[in-house]
Amino acid sequence: MDVILFLIFAIIAVVCAINVVVQTHPISSAISLVGVMGSLAVLYLLLGAEFIAAAQVIVYAGAVMVLFVFVIMLLNAGAEVRKGRSLMVQLLGVPLLIVFLGLTAYFVRRLFPGDVTVHFGGFTGGTAQAIGRALFTTYLLPFEITSILILIAIVGAIVLARKELD
Amino acid sequence: MSAIPISWFLALSAVLFALGVAGFLFRRNIVTVFMSIELMLNAVNLSFITFSYYFKKVDGHLFAFFVMVVAAAEAAVGLAIILTVFKNRATLNIDEVDSMKN
Repeated sequence: MDVILFLIFAIIAVVCAINVVVQTHPISSAISLVGVMGSLAVLYLLLGAEFIAAAQVIVYAGAVMVLFVFVIMLLNAGAEVRKGRSLMVQLLGVPLLIVFLGLTAYFVRRLFPGDVTVHFGGFTGGTAQAIGRALFTTYLLPFEITSILILIAIVGAIVLARKELD
Repeated sequence: MSAIPISWFLALSAVLFALGVAGFLFRRNIVTVFMSIELMLNAVNLSFITFSYYFKKVDGHLFAFFVMVVAAAEAAVGLAIILTVFKNRATLNIDEVDSMKN
């Protein structure tokens, strides 16, 4: 059952990710990215990360993607024109990507020989309670710095979007 | 058989990261390039959660949480920059935004 769930949502994630890359229209890419994020949330649940799964749906699939779609609509972005592609990218891009993927797969195989398995319910430490406790004890300083970072981001976004830079 | 090898999760993460890199390198639309970055961040988050399961510790979840927060802040600022670029240049093609090149 776990394997079937993993395969279904892994295939959805990979297909949507390929769609993000190959679609020419930005709005199609954005909708595909929502699919990737939704299926990743299910995989997080499978790994026992219920708080992160909820945050993934709310923050990523909700807030961030709404922001993306809003900007795409605001800019009235059409399909992108494919021109001026550099020769090096055309020749070396896909082979180098395959080499990168092969190297990653090699290291994963070396480090994780396959006898370690995941089953649903094998780790129950990802509740909101456990994360909140760690967040306000061990990771208190990064948490506070994060709040300042968000404040800076809000002010920066307002300043940037308010007037034209010249 | 109801247990998934942990390397499958890491392989999925690697595939998603490679697709994000491909989108970042091949696409010319600035918004799509930005979405490819988000895809890469998501792939790394999956690795964090998987390692958190492997070590049976909650720390990986915290790292994923911080990545999410930073990604949200980055999206806000990045999209504001895109709006400004579009206002000044009237283009979304990253090849035409090259005034820092010379």
